[in-house]
Amino acid sequence: MTPSQTNPLAVVCELTHRCPLHCVYCSNPQELAARATELSTETWISVFRQAADLGVLQADLTGGEPLARTDIVELVRAARTAGLYVNLITSGLPLDEAKLDLLISAGLDHFQLSFQSSNEQIAEEISGTKTHAQKLRILDWLKSRRIAVTLNFVLHRRNLHQMDEMLAIAESSSATRIEFANVQYYGWAFANRELLLPTRTQLDEFLAKVKSAEERLRGEIRIEYVVPDYYAKYPKPCMGGWGRKVMLIAPSGDALPCHAASVIAGLQFENVKEKHLREIWESSGAFQKFRGESWMQEPCKSCGRREQDFGGCRCQALLLAGDAAATDPVCSLSPRRHSVDAILSTISSSRSLAWQYRPNPS
Amino acid sequence: MAAAGRVSAAERIVMAIDTNSKPQLAPGCRLGENNNQRVLLMPERALRLNGPSLEIVSRCDGKRTVAQIVADLQKLYSKAEPHKVESDIIGYLALLQKERALDFKA
Repeated sequence: MTPSQTNPLAVVCELTHRCPLHCVYCSNPQELAARATELSTETWISVFRQAADLGVLQADLTGGEPLARTDIVELVRAARTAGLYVNLITSGLPLDEAKLDLLISAGLDHFQLSFQSSNEQIAEEISGTKTHAQKLRILDWLKSRRIAVTLNFVLHRRNLHQMDEMLAIAESSSATRIEFANVQYYGWAFANRELLLPTRTQLDEFLAKVKSAEERLRGEIRIEYVVPDYYAKYPKPCMGGWGRKVMLIAPSGDALPCHAASVIAGLQFENVKEKHLREIWESSGAFQKFRGESWMQEPCKSCGRREQDFGGCRCQALLLAGDAAATDPVCSLSPRRHSVDAILSTISSSRSLAWQYRPNPS
Repeated sequence: MAAAGRVSAAERIVMAIDTNSKPQLAPGCRLGENNNQRVLLMPERALRLNGPSLEIVSRCDGKRTVAQIVADLQKLYSKAEPHKVESDIIGYLALLQKERALDFKA
């Protein structure tokens, strides 16, 4: 561990890869974990305690669909009892009012509901499931309950024009926070990239709208947004830097520095069934691999921004440059930036391609 | 130019705090502790609370007005310039308002 290394602030818990939705941009890996390989209730409870001991403040319970775990109420209670702030990141399926009350009384702090669109038609096209009406029902239930609510709108070419309708849904709910998350291109989204990438015009309209909404809703709804980084001048500080702030536990118990890290060949992931979280965080090879700066190549190595963006995203460097240690090719300083510009120049409104939907694992 | 822009934005926010309102923590925002460090926990983030910030947040109970919190802390920090204490508190409440960590009851 380097001297500047501190404890992780959040542990992302992928409780399962099972999900009733089949979103074309799912951040899960293309090789999904089967139910039989999922961690037991007891192991997750132990993970929460170890995380709190390590100084972690926040647990993100996610998936797949975390509500697909029949022990979800018990897991929420255990995470809260361990001393963590408990975020549930969900599509809202399967859920009824009684279950919602159980989750809240078990100590759930924050309910983050994902939206695929502002209407049923596009939501169904994107998720391969009819779920939009259920999400609106949940927003009604949440109004009379005291809990933080975030609406997470995942944005791309097929729904960026719906910003006004999305804001209207948020403003008529009890949400105190909106995430406008433009799709990032890994896993399933990478496979569907040609259909998902927005145009520059769409992106400019989005930015103008999000800025005026931020101003108008200040003090009522906090808006956070992520731009599609193919359009960015500099890369995003992916995960706040490799192995710096976040630890992700996959359904099998493998501990990863980020959602997509399994695409990088040669990384060996330790498993929480065999090792303590602290040991994994401090000395696992996968977490050490791109920590600090010693792995960097030029132009990152001598760049003044290297402590701001940490060289961007390692998985994106692998996907676009074929080298996980390269400068993230979305960076305007990268010698490979032209390959990203070439991808952007091929965007058209053609819809002749077919979506590749994420399946549900066994 | 950039610095001037920041100042005017900050002033706009400060103007928005009503000293007769009663601030309280918004849903999903609560005090926590980790490694002997008090923190304000909120959706997907946490703020470290030290000295004055902890004194302010622990008084945001929906019962005290902003003016009462200011008077309270002017007593507590009696060696500090009262006007400075007030502007520091208003500035911090404005930050928490922007983070959406507070509800201001009329």
